[in-house]
Amino acid sequence: MANTQNFDVIVIGGGPGGYVAAIRAAQLGLSACVVEREHLGGICLNWGCIPTKALLRAAELRHNLDHLEEYGIEVTGDISVNIDKVVKRSRKVASRLSAGVAHLLKKNKVHVVSGTASIAGKQAGKWAVAVAGDTSETLGAKHVIIATGARARQLPKLESNGTSILSYKEAMVPKSIPKSLLVVGSGAIGIEFASFYRDMGVEVTVVEALDRILNAEDEEVSAAAHKAFEKRGMKIHVSASLKSLTETKSGVDAAVEIKGKQQTISVEKVIMAVGIVGNTEGLGLESTKVKIDRGHIETDSLMRTAEAGIYAIGDVTGAPWLAHKASHEGIICIEAIAGLKDVHGFRAEQVPGCTYCRPQIASVGLTEAQAKAQKYDVKVGRFPFIGNGKAIALGDDEGFIKTVFDAKTGALLGAHMIGPEVTELIQGYAIAQTLETTETELMHTIFPHPTLSEAMHEAVLDAYGRAIHF
Amino acid sequence: MAIQILMPALSPTMTEGTLARWLVAEGDNVSSGDVIAEIETDKATMEVEALDDGVIAKIMVSEATENVAVNEVIALMTEEGESLSDADLASASAAPQKAAPASAPDVAPASSTAPAPSATSAPQAPAQAGRNAGRVFASPLARRIAAQNDIDITAITGTGPHGRIIRADVEEALSQGAVPAQKGRGIAGASEPRFVPHTAMRRVIAQRLQTSKQTAPHFYLTVECEIDSLLAARKQLNEFAPEGVKISVNDMIIKAAGYALMAEPDMNGFYAEDGCSYYDTADICMAVAVDGGLVTPVIQSVEKAGLADIAAITADLASRARAGTLDPSEYAGGNFTISNLGMFGIKEFSAVINPPQSGILAIGAGEQRPIVKSGELAIATMMSVTLSADHRIVDGAVGARWLQAFKRAIETPAIMLL
Repeated sequence: MANTQNFDVIVIGGGPGGYVAAIRAAQLGLSACVVEREHLGGICLNWGCIPTKALLRAAELRHNLDHLEEYGIEVTGDISVNIDKVVKRSRKVASRLSAGVAHLLKKNKVHVVSGTASIAGKQAGKWAVAVAGDTSETLGAKHVIIATGARARQLPKLESNGTSILSYKEAMVPKSIPKSLLVVGSGAIGIEFASFYRDMGVEVTVVEALDRILNAEDEEVSAAAHKAFEKRGMKIHVSASLKSLTETKSGVDAAVEIKGKQQTISVEKVIMAVGIVGNTEGLGLESTKVKIDRGHIETDSLMRTAEAGIYAIGDVTGAPWLAHKASHEGIICIEAIAGLKDVHGFRAEQVPGCTYCRPQIASVGLTEAQAKAQKYDVKVGRFPFIGNGKAIALGDDEGFIKTVFDAKTGALLGAHMIGPEVTELIQGYAIAQTLETTETELMHTIFPHPTLSEAMHEAVLDAYGRAIHF
Repeated sequence: MAIQILMPALSPTMTEGTLARWLVAEGDNVSSGDVIAEIETDKATMEVEALDDGVIAKIMVSEATENVAVNEVIALMTEEGESLSDADLASASAAPQKAAPASAPDVAPASSTAPAPSATSAPQAPAQAGRNAGRVFASPLARRIAAQNDIDITAITGTGPHGRIIRADVEEALSQGAVPAQKGRGIAGASEPRFVPHTAMRRVIAQRLQTSKQTAPHFYLTVECEIDSLLAARKQLNEFAPEGVKISVNDMIIKAAGYALMAEPDMNGFYAEDGCSYYDTADICMAVAVDGGLVTPVIQSVEKAGLADIAAITADLASRARAGTLDPSEYAGGNFTISNLGMFGIKEFSAVINPPQSGILAIGAGEQRPIVKSGELAIATMMSVTLSADHRIVDGAVGARWLQAFKRAIETPAIMLL
């Protein structure tokens, strides 16, 4: 390996975990290389978070246009959606950001290699990473970070076909707006598509195998979302298992068992959103001590695998499958490698989660049920947006904010929100958790009036029986 | 141009002291030689005299201020009719040429809620992880959990950003069995203990005796001395003593110790890293209890001094020690120390060596005891003495021979005339 190019760190995968880790490594004076097989920015930027937000923005505008009269604005003439243009804009947003990532890596002097990487063995304390791309080469590094992400889970005999049965990727670039749609799975991905297509005028049905939608969220939030979606005209079936999908002339017939009863749902399109599975194959991990459990690489809280010098971050390590979780893990991983002091391990309860449906949903920390299961004596506060002046002025007063405190210490265990712009609000509670504030500091914080954030304040006050406006 | 009055050095090693009291106020006229302030140092209170005539224009360091560095400007004096300029004040406050202290004493309060001790001119500690100059950086949650579990958060090392103490640190401390902060427990209505800040003397006693016990391996030898002959000799001597001089048993013990140091010169020295040093005079310290501590003034060349001289010197040193007016040179040095608690009825005890000395003799009470003399039960006045010796310089046999010589001198005082 005379002409092997050596680095301190090789990151396999250029998504929000990998490219952030590489930039942080460069900031700390480590030489870093990113190997990316498709496009920088990963799924998040190209086929996930970002393009869906562009689609949902169009859906939101469409919704608002339908309700202009409520604000005293009269529009004459037809409102129509050109789905090609909506999709085109979404792709443009994604490609602009992908180019941005390339620039950031270049600016930070991170070496970027195009191709598929696999670990080829260890020599003299260095891992050899074989890259197959336009040209084949072998790279060497003391530390290898696997940031290969994940892909949509395929259920046997229920695989997507790319035309009528779609995965998230095809669902993101529709050629036309279908008349009817079945969304299988009610996690964040399924619900965002359901919300988007519903706003585009599609008849949407959601089936969920568990007994409530958005199972990761607090039960009260799930219930409120369920109600809000039904109000918007969605059909939702919980405790419903998909038995088969049969392609028909006009679309797909889905055989669904709903609470023990067989039912056929005929739709034009189906979107499969039944979870994701880590990309662990073809990485050469078989000859290492790296442990893989049900499609996900096992790590400790500093992202170290069972094999010294190999690390894993992001979706490939399992839920929650979120870009910001991947980025955060990447930073922890690199800072631990660089030997920085005071590096604290990853804590899942500090990862906020956001779903950009209408109404929006956001949360951080433990749900009330999780807190009780962990034997916390809890104090719970709630505040509805109908008590918030800004929400009423916006004409968007659906939803509420819920806080869960540890009664003994005043620690903010969790916060759960559904309503206007809550995805932009949740960081306030996340900061409070990181700073380890108690209810006292949150109560003493001045929230500006009139803002939606006042509802956050009231939800804290309410946990201690001190809400002012409700 | 104002005259700067500086914090005086009362001994060559003094770096700081306590400005105990001002005896003058701003605006007072003083003459050269007037006592203007009292400075408290390790072991004594010293008076500061005015060196010039003039008016006390400005007191820069208020009284009862601890840790005032030597050469810090403590007051400004002007000639009569002269007024103080801004330049005078500026140069005075810029003046303290403090030797950079290695570290400030850690005076963090036991409870994080207790008010911090008032900031004096004490040098600021360099910023440390989690705490600097009394402020503890800790998350609200960490503070609350520490308070709920009664643990002293200042004792915890923070692992958060910039050493901030976070919840995990407190929980870690708890899991390691952190000691609850000191609080009156179990006694109904127990109040907070009364807090007394250290005097310079208390600090020195603590520091020196801790050094002694930590560095000098002590061993102890006890012997019984019959003192009837000594008491008889004392009576006779006092009949002929000069006017105003009264020889005490203690004076005779000092003389006997001097005799023993001459008789056993291996005892008369001190241990240091590279070797032992030995004296050819017997300079003996006597421990004198004073308000708030003790001092050990030195009686020089005891081997040459007569008992009347020793008696006069000890009486003077003891009274001035109690008044806090000893000159630092009077309690510096000494080869050996005598500590006598006989007047409290203490039968015997062992004392802590006054470093770097080789030993200290602890004197118990003289009392009549039944003893066996030539196979017969008899009554004699007995006194138990215990020698604490530094084994680094003194071996057991040396200490034993020294104690034999001491016993000989006490039981047959006439040999001290040889």
